[in-house]
Amino acid sequence: MSEAAGKVSVACKVNGKPVVLCAYPMARLLDVLREELRLTGTKEGCGEGECGACSVLLDGELVNSCLIPVLQAEGTDITTIEGLASGDQLHAVQEAFLACGGAQCGICTPGMVLAAVNLLAQKPSPTDAEIRTGLAGNLCRCTGYMRIFEAVIAACQRTGIRS
Amino acid sequence: MRAYLPAYQLKALPSLAETLQQMASEPGAWRPFAGGTDLMVLLEAGKLAHKQYLSVWHLPELRGIEETPEHIRLGALTTYTQVLCHPTLQREFPLLCQAASETGGVATQNRGTLGGNIANASPAADSPPALLVYDAELELVSASGSRRVAYHGFHAGYKKMDLRPEELIQTIRVSRKMKHWKQYYRKVGTRRAQAISKVCFAGAADVIGGQIRDLRIAVASVAPTVVRCVQTEQCLRGRRLDPERVRAARETLAREIAPIDDMRSTARYRLRVAQNLLADFLGGLQAE
Amino acid sequence: MPKRYIGQSVPRKEGREKVTGRARYVDDLTFPGMLYGATVRSQVARGQIRGIHFEGSVPWDEFTIVTARDIPGKNCVALILEDQPYLAAEQVNHPEEPIVLLAHADRYLLEEARRAVRVEIEPLPAVFTIEESLAHKEVVWGENNVFKSFLVTRGDVESAWKQADFIVEGEYHTGAQEQLYIEPNGMIAVATPQDGVTVWGSLQCPFYVHKALVALFGLPKEKVRVVQMETGGGFGGKEEYPSMIAGHAALLAWKSGRPVKIVYDRAEDMAATTKRHPSRTRHRTAVSRDGKLLAMGIDFVIDGGAYTTLSPVVLSRGTIHAAGPYFCPNVRIRGRAVATNLPPHGAFRGFGAPQSIFALECHMNEVAKAAGLTPDEFRRRNFIEQGQTSAVGQVIRERVDMRRLLDRALELSDYHAKTKRLAAENAHSRLKKGIGFASFMHGAGFTGSGEEYLASVVSLEATPEGRVRVLAASTEMGQGTNTVFAQIAAETLGLDYEWIEVAQPDTAAVPNSGPTVASRTCMIVGKLVESAALGLKQTLIRSGLLRENYEPAEFRQACRKYIEQFGPLKSTSQYQPPPGVHWDDEKYQGDAYGTYAWAVYVAEVTVDTITCEVRVDDFVAVQEVGKVIHPVLATGQIEGGVAQGIGYALFENVVWQEGRMVNAQMTNYIMPTSADVPPIRVYFEENPYPHGPQGAKGIGELPMDGPAPAIVNAIEQATGVRIPRIPVTPEVLLEALEGELV
Repeated sequence: MSEAAGKVSVACKVNGKPVVLCAYPMARLLDVLREELRLTGTKEGCGEGECGACSVLLDGELVNSCLIPVLQAEGTDITTIEGLASGDQLHAVQEAFLACGGAQCGICTPGMVLAAVNLLAQKPSPTDAEIRTGLAGNLCRCTGYMRIFEAVIAACQRTGIRS
Repeated sequence: MRAYLPAYQLKALPSLAETLQQMASEPGAWRPFAGGTDLMVLLEAGKLAHKQYLSVWHLPELRGIEETPEHIRLGALTTYTQVLCHPTLQREFPLLCQAASETGGVATQNRGTLGGNIANASPAADSPPALLVYDAELELVSASGSRRVAYHGFHAGYKKMDLRPEELIQTIRVSRKMKHWKQYYRKVGTRRAQAISKVCFAGAADVIGGQIRDLRIAVASVAPTVVRCVQTEQCLRGRRLDPERVRAARETLAREIAPIDDMRSTARYRLRVAQNLLADFLGGLQAE
Repeated sequence: MPKRYIGQSVPRKEGREKVTGRARYVDDLTFPGMLYGATVRSQVARGQIRGIHFEGSVPWDEFTIVTARDIPGKNCVALILEDQPYLAAEQVNHPEEPIVLLAHADRYLLEEARRAVRVEIEPLPAVFTIEESLAHKEVVWGENNVFKSFLVTRGDVESAWKQADFIVEGEYHTGAQEQLYIEPNGMIAVATPQDGVTVWGSLQCPFYVHKALVALFGLPKEKVRVVQMETGGGFGGKEEYPSMIAGHAALLAWKSGRPVKIVYDRAEDMAATTKRHPSRTRHRTAVSRDGKLLAMGIDFVIDGGAYTTLSPVVLSRGTIHAAGPYFCPNVRIRGRAVATNLPPHGAFRGFGAPQSIFALECHMNEVAKAAGLTPDEFRRRNFIEQGQTSAVGQVIRERVDMRRLLDRALELSDYHAKTKRLAAENAHSRLKKGIGFASFMHGAGFTGSGEEYLASVVSLEATPEGRVRVLAASTEMGQGTNTVFAQIAAETLGLDYEWIEVAQPDTAAVPNSGPTVASRTCMIVGKLVESAALGLKQTLIRSGLLRENYEPAEFRQACRKYIEQFGPLKSTSQYQPPPGVHWDDEKYQGDAYGTYAWAVYVAEVTVDTITCEVRVDDFVAVQEVGKVIHPVLATGQIEGGVAQGIGYALFENVVWQEGRMVNAQMTNYIMPTSADVPPIRVYFEENPYPHGPQGAKGIGELPMDGPAPAIVNAIEQATGVRIPRIPVTPEVLLEALEGELV
C-alpha cells in the first residue's frame, strides 16, 4: 500500500509476527488491526472505551484498542484473539468458555476472553470479587455474566491452580 | 468513528527536550497526548477540535515513582495500574489507590495517567480529590525551565488551569504526612464499576483525644472544578465532634459547593449525598 | 428410551468460531469496490423540510447522494401500517429521522460530508410524552394520536366497584429502554436494477427485510435476497429496524452501482433506532374482605413514538398480560398506543408485557396491604388454576400450580425468614435491606391467530454423505437457535449431533419459518424441525432403503442411495395450529397463546441510605417451562434476561430533551457490568407442553417480566416507600425518601 500524505509507518509485532503498519497516526489501533491486517476478531461495540469489545493485549496489558492511536503502537507486542489459540489447540480460557456457555451472541467474547486471560495472568487464583472487578470493563448484554464467571473459575481449575 | 483523520497530526519526538522545544516554538499549536483515554473519545465522536499533538507516552522523564522521607514523586505518566501496584502507595495513600481502582476498568487503568487526568481537568475526575487531600504539588516543565505549583488552586475554573501552552506536567508530588491520619474515600458513580462519578468525596483527618487536629476535605462533581473544601475544614479544624458541629459542617459544605443538574444526576442529589458522605466521614472519626 | 441430546448441554454449534474470533459479523466483511454509507438525520422533532444544502469544501461530485426522490418503489417501510418513510420527503416527525443518504469509498471523508449537509427545517409544534399526546397538545398522527386501542371486558366491573370491601388505585410508569446489543446495526447491500438486491446484515427476521425491500424497489420476490450474518445480539432491536437500514444501504448501492456498507456507531444506534415503549398504567382494583379479587380496571397506555411500526402488537401483548396469572371475574382493560414525536419505539424482549406486569405486580402488593394480607398470601388466594378462565377468556387447560412455584421460590430465597430478620436489622443500620417477589406468566408464540397467519415452514435436507441440513429462517443471535435445532433433529433422527448442520438464514435458500421473536423459535419452529425430521425418516423408510431401527451408518447409506435413485432428499413441514385453539380478533377474546411459561422471581436488595443506591444482593428465578432442551442455554437465557431486567429496574434511564436521547453513549446510558449483577439462581420445573418439541415452551422473553417488580417490591419492604416508576435511580429514591421524612 503506498504511503498517502499524512500516513506513517508503525513497526510492531502482532500475534508474534513483525508487521509494518501504514496508517494515519491518530487512526485507531482497532481499525488498523481490522482493516489493514484483516484481523476482524477484535470488535467495535461503542467507540468510547466503555464496552471492552475491542480489548487486546499490548505489551501484556489489557487495553481498549479503540482508544490507542496507532502511532503509539510503535515497538509494541500486540496479541489479539486470533493469537490466543495455537493452531487447533485452544487456550484454556477458550475451552472453558465453550464448556460453560460463556459465549452467547459472541460479539463481546473476544474481548472478554482476553480480559479473562489477562486476569488469570495477574491473579492465577482470583476470588469471586476479583473476577467481577477484573471483567468489569467488558460489557456483556446476553449472558448476565454468570456463565462467564463460571468459565473463569473452570479455566483456573483446568490449569490446576484454583483451590 | 467520526473524525476526519487526515486533518490530525500526532508526532512522537525523540526526547523531552525536543518535545518542549516544539511546544515552545509555537505556544498552543502543539498539545501533549498521553494515554489517549480522554482525547481518543473526543476524536471518535468527531469533537476533538485541536488537530496537532505530540505523543509523550514514550518519554522516560515523565515516568517513575520516587520516594523521599517526606514525599512521593509520581511521574505524570504514572498509570492507575502503576499506582495500584506500588507498595508504599498501597500502604500510605489509600485514597489515591482507591481512586485508581475505581477509574474505569482494567483496560482504562492501564492507559489512563495521573497527569493526563489533571490536564483533562474534568470536574468529575476520581484522583484529584485524593491529590488535594495529600497536598499535591505539580512540577511543570517547559523549554525555558520548570516551576512548582500547588495543585490546590491549579484549576481556576471549568477546564481552566495554571498550565501555560508550552508547559507539560512532569511530576506530581504528594505528602506522606497524612499516612497515620484516618482516611476516607467514596466515589458515588452511576454503577459499581466503570462509572463517571456523581459525587466523589475524599477526606483525611488527624484526630487526637477526640479533637480534630488537622484535616483535609476534597469533593469532585459538585462544582466546575474539583473543590478543596477549606471552609468546611475551617469549621472543623481544632474542634471536637458533636452533633452540632457535624450539622454546622454540613451547612458549610452546602455553601462551599455548587452542584448542578446534568444528564447523570441532579443538583439536589449531589448536595445531599456530599453532605451525607461528609457526615459518614466524620462519624468514622468519632468511632475511636 | 433415554434421550441422547434432549436435556443435555451439548457444545454450541458455532461456539468455536465465537471464542476464536472467527465468527463473521457484518462489519467483518468487505467487498471489492465497496462504499461506506452514512445517514443525515433531522435535528428537529417535527417540522417542514424547506431545503437541503450541501456545504463546506467537500468534493460532492464524488459522492452518491440519495433522497426520497430516488426511491424506485414505495417510500414506506412495510410493516403493519404504511406510515413510516425510508427517507423524509416533506415533513419530519421525530429527531434523528433519516433525510439524506451519502456514500463514498473514504469513510473519514464521508463523516466530513455528513457534517456538511444542512437541512433547513421549519419547526412545527410537537408532543413528547404520553400525557401531552393524550391531551392533544398537538395532534401529530391520524385524527387523535392513537395508533391502536383495545378493550378487553369480562363480567361487570361497574357493579363490582359497588360491592367491593376495598378499592385500591395506583398509577405506574416505565421508561424507555435501549436494547444495547453490543454489536450495532449494520448492513451491506449490492443492488442493480438488472440483478436485483442482496443484503447481508445483522438481523433477526430475514423475511421481514425481504418483504420490505420488495416494496421499496418494486421488484419481484426472486430478485431480492437477504442473508443473515452472525448477529451480535438483537433482543428485538433487530426485529423490524433492519428493514430501514437495509433499505438505506440498498438505495445507495442501487444508485452508485457499488456495494455499500452502513454500520452505525453506538451514538447513532442509540439515538436513532427503536427502544422499548415507555408506558403508563392505571390500576383500579376491587377486592373482598377475604382478599379475593372482585374487579380489575386497567388503563394501559404505551408511547409508540412517531410512527406505527409494531406498536399495535406490543400493545396487544401488554394488554393481554396486564391482568397477570390471577383469576378475576370482572375485568376491564383498555389499552392504547399513542403517538409522540420521539424516534419510533419498537420490539424489545417482552414486548409490552414487562411494562404491564411491572404495574400489576407492584399494584398487587398494594392491594394485599389494603386487604390486610401479606403479598404471598394475597397471591395464593387469587392465582388462576387449571380450568379457570383468564381475563381475555382463555380457559387454562394446562396443569398450572402457581402456589407451588411461589412456595418453592420463597423457600429457595429464604423469603419469610429474611423478611423478619432484615426488618430487625434495618432498625440499627444505615443499610436497609428488603426482599420482594413478582409472580407472572408469559405467553409463547404469536398472539391469537398469529402463528396460523405466519404459516411457518421448515425443511430438512440430506446430503449424499448423510449429513442433514436444517433449512429455516430462524436466526441465531446468541440464544442458541442453531444448537437447539441440531439437538432436536439429531434426537429425532437418531444421528450424531455433529452430523446436523443448520444452514445460514438466506432467503434464497431457506423457507420462511417466521421471525425470530415472540419466544417462538424453540417451541414453534423447533417443533417444525422435529416434524420435518420425522418426515425425512419416513421418506427413507417408506422408500424401502432404510429399516425402522437403523444405525447411523445405515442412515448415511440410505441417503446416498435415495439421492442416486430419486434426486434431492428433502422434507418440509408447515405449521398447523393445535386443535381446539380459537381466538377472536374482533372481540379480543379466546385462546391468546398456545401455552404460557409460569414464574416467580425473588429479589433481595440493599438500599444504602447515604447514597440511595440500590444493590441487588441475591436473585432467585423459578419458572415452569415445559421441557429444558439444553440446560446451559436455557439457564443462560434466564440469567441474561434477569440482568437486563435489573438494568430496566435500576440503571437504564433514557434522558430525553425535546424528543432527543441526549445520553446516547455507553458512558451515560448505564447497563449492568459484571460488578453490578447479583448471584442469579435459576430453577426450572417441567410440565411438558404437548405441542412443543419434546414438550418445550418458549422462554426467551419470560425473564424480562419479573425482575423490575420484584426489585421495586423489595425496595418497598426495605424503605417503606412505594416507587411507582422505573428506573428507580438513586435520585428518584432520594426524592421519595426525603418526601417521606417531611
